[in-house]
Amino acid sequence: MTDTTTTPPVQTQLRRGRFSEFWYYFSQNRGAVIGLVIFSFIVFIAVFAPLIAPHSPSVQNRDAFLVPPFWQEGGSLTYLLGTDAVGRDILSRLMYGAQFSLFIGLFVVVLSVTSGVIIGLLAGYFRGWVDTVIMRIMDVILAFPSLLLALVLVAILGPGLLNAMIAIALILQPHFVRLTRASVMSERDREYVIASRVAGAGSARLMFLTMLPNCLAPLIVQATLSFSTAILDAAALGFLGMGAQPPTPEWGSMLAEAREFILRAWWVVTLPGLAILITVLAINLMGDGLRDALDPKLKKS
Amino acid sequence: MSLLEIKNLTVSFDTVSGPFRAVDGVDLNVDGREILSIVGESGSGKSVAMLALMGLLPDTASVTADVMRFDGKDLLTMSDRDKRSIIGRDIAMIFQEPMSSLNPCFTVGFQIGEMLKRHTRLGRTERKARAIELMQAVGIPSPEQRLSAYPHQLSGGMSQRVMIAMSASCRPKLLIADEPTTALDVTIQAQILDLLRDLCAEFDMALVLITHDMGVVAQMAHRVQVQYAGQKVEEQSVEDLFSDPHHPYTAALLSALPERATGRGHLPSIPGVVPGQFDRPPGCLFEPRCAYATASCRSSAHRQGPELGHALCNHPLINGAPADGTQAREITV
Amino acid sequence: MLRFFLTRLGLLIPTFIGVSIVAFAFIRLLPGDPIMLLAGERGIDPARYAELQASLGFDKPLPIQYFNYLSDIVTGDFGTSIVTKRPVLDEFMTLFPATIELALCAIILATLVGIPAGVLAAVKRGTWLDQTVMGTALVGYSMPIFWWGLLLIIFFSGILQWTPVSGRISLVYFFPPVTGFMLIDSLLSGQSGAFRSALSHLVLPTIVLATIPLAVIARQTRSAMLEVLGEDYVRTARAKGLPPRRVIGLHALRNALIPVITTIGLQVGVLLAGAILTETIFSWPGIGKWMVDSVFKRDYSVVQGGLLLIAGVIMIVNLVVDLLYGLINPRIRH
Repeated sequence: MTDTTTTPPVQTQLRRGRFSEFWYYFSQNRGAVIGLVIFSFIVFIAVFAPLIAPHSPSVQNRDAFLVPPFWQEGGSLTYLLGTDAVGRDILSRLMYGAQFSLFIGLFVVVLSVTSGVIIGLLAGYFRGWVDTVIMRIMDVILAFPSLLLALVLVAILGPGLLNAMIAIALILQPHFVRLTRASVMSERDREYVIASRVAGAGSARLMFLTMLPNCLAPLIVQATLSFSTAILDAAALGFLGMGAQPPTPEWGSMLAEAREFILRAWWVVTLPGLAILITVLAINLMGDGLRDALDPKLKKS
Repeated sequence: MSLLEIKNLTVSFDTVSGPFRAVDGVDLNVDGREILSIVGESGSGKSVAMLALMGLLPDTASVTADVMRFDGKDLLTMSDRDKRSIIGRDIAMIFQEPMSSLNPCFTVGFQIGEMLKRHTRLGRTERKARAIELMQAVGIPSPEQRLSAYPHQLSGGMSQRVMIAMSASCRPKLLIADEPTTALDVTIQAQILDLLRDLCAEFDMALVLITHDMGVVAQMAHRVQVQYAGQKVEEQSVEDLFSDPHHPYTAALLSALPERATGRGHLPSIPGVVPGQFDRPPGCLFEPRCAYATASCRSSAHRQGPELGHALCNHPLINGAPADGTQAREITV
Repeated sequence: MLRFFLTRLGLLIPTFIGVSIVAFAFIRLLPGDPIMLLAGERGIDPARYAELQASLGFDKPLPIQYFNYLSDIVTGDFGTSIVTKRPVLDEFMTLFPATIELALCAIILATLVGIPAGVLAAVKRGTWLDQTVMGTALVGYSMPIFWWGLLLIIFFSGILQWTPVSGRISLVYFFPPVTGFMLIDSLLSGQSGAFRSALSHLVLPTIVLATIPLAVIARQTRSAMLEVLGEDYVRTARAKGLPPRRVIGLHALRNALIPVITTIGLQVGVLLAGAILTETIFSWPGIGKWMVDSVFKRDYSVVQGGLLLIAGVIMIVNLVVDLLYGLINPRIRH
């Protein structure tokens, strides 16, 4: 940790020092490491789903409706985790579902972070009426319960996974605006920004190259949290029938289809939800670790 | 019999990199109505020793002592519950940061009254009257109104007066003041010190005054105990200590006072820093910084008798020079 | 204090205008002709169309339309349901108590369990107890509550058969609503078993809705307590010889509650979002289910009115929380 202070500020070395310091604090947190392992496993499944899934996620087997998992009476090793009401293999659908959930998380985070950071930078840098207008609009978005607003937006845009993702990105984006604006406002009068301004840096350069890198820590933590919120909200919309549409093997809509069998076939209800919970839990575990590793205030104590 | 008697007090903290000994075999005696000053640089364990007495250290601290007796009662064998009925009533403590030592959510009146409610049988109205009385005694103007004030409405000096009123509220036999004026303006410092001295006389309190300021010591104390790196290195009456310090560390502290600097030019300073957790010398802890250190000092340090101020030193000074004729050396740190 | 209140109130006005613009724009943003949407599935003849257009004011310029919309709202006219033909406000007032009852029970449960759990975890920092409490809280925080509700139904209603699956009370009991709160009304009705039935219907939805706020409150309480326990005034309280119960429960907790109250206030939005899912799962006749049903039935005037009313409720609750915050934090009060 201390070598960064004595070595000359060669960029790569500094980066490596910073990363190893970060890794040191991150790896101290047992939960965060567990989260990372689980998350890597889910990513692996999602990427290689076409290779490792035993069946197609959409092929229906008329001879095998609601087959229970293999360890239960009536189950078979052909369908390890059983089948759903139209005879599709649940394990394979869960594996393909991982693709959807991770994609949803990634898409929503990228969309809401980029738009939120740009808007937040503008508000924090220019202040004045630009700031006032932007922040009042964000207040309006935050005045609605998030899921209700997403639901209404999807009603306007039409049901479907893409529209659900756009709606979720919109309701998550004010958090990034607020965070960015707050950090920019605390950074903009620091000496290094003023020095850069005096040296003739333009507004865009000041915002994106000078200030933004120093506001990243809270944004990274918030992005992790938003990743899990996005997965949860997309699943909720799918569950309500407003997100991914059947027969897409998305975990939320799998739950929605399974609802009527709730008291007859526990596995069709339990397993997709468990997949959501484990994924979200893994991401939140990592998020807590990131927060502890990136927050200098917590490090001292 | 002394009011407070502590023998061989040791406090160590569990840290990530092993145990750290903050107080190392310290003896301490306080007589009734006496003002004892404990002096030392930051990190010398002077606050920790007193916090250990009060039971205010976190769970990571382990406290051991051969004797810890207050007013005839053995604090070591006493239950926490019994100890809490003494803490606050018979031994009270005030701290370095008056502004943050008062709870921001409660009024001054509540916080003084709480102490009275805990340790006395006074009724509601009596407690209020007593609180006003106390606030008058510590020089807070218009105490009736101040009763309902919140700490953030008070200045630092006023907060420390409230702390003093609160700690004196049950007429304790011993008051411990941990750097009570360090965080205050110079003009307020003198007022607070005067107040403490007057209050001790008026209430028949003994005072343990923890400070790093030799000027405060000279002004206030009857007796002085000097601590260095968790050890007691010298103990004398204030007059004797200032006229004839026996431990080289005490001598160095005194010669660093601006009033004592001889001639013009540099104010003398003590080279080096107090040893920490990892660079503790094996013998005398002051040896690396000491001008009179010899080879024997690297292995151990001897405790001298009362005539030499109980100095923990192999070559104690008399009238500014080692009695055994050891010559000064150049120190390189 | 009054000034603090008025500033907060003043800040709400632009937000309310923004919210009303969103609700106003909603119908006009929907794909298709708003009048055809409002007319419903069957369609209408051209004469009726023109009549509707004039009566709804859709032939006027947008700013005039918005102004008319705003003045309707001020007079309490939030539109009429296309499906039931009842005023939206009436429907809202009928269903809202069911949601309040559920949300109140959930927030009470979350607070009563979450705060002690957080305090305990902070005091026992680093022990297995702390790790268990915080691990459970993180699972709760990560919970897809619609699935959690289904699991509870499988277990308590399916396997154990302890609790009913849906609704607010068993159909054998009938009495007119007095307060709208089923727990109170069932007691007032004097029918034996009614209260028990209402309570057993309420238990599972309350647990489901309380899950996430409980986890958030426990986590927030723990971190606030950890911060406060290191403060000088906590040391002062211990130096007074106060028992640990009072040091932690009064001196430390009183300060830690300041951020926790804000967190609890922020949970109101979370609760209403959660109510959408919880009420759908348990067929709880509240405004969450009402909104979902209206979206599906394309009852867009209900969606429009409901949006505005719900946002209004959240804004009022947030204002109340701000005031509470001022009350418990002396540094703001003075």
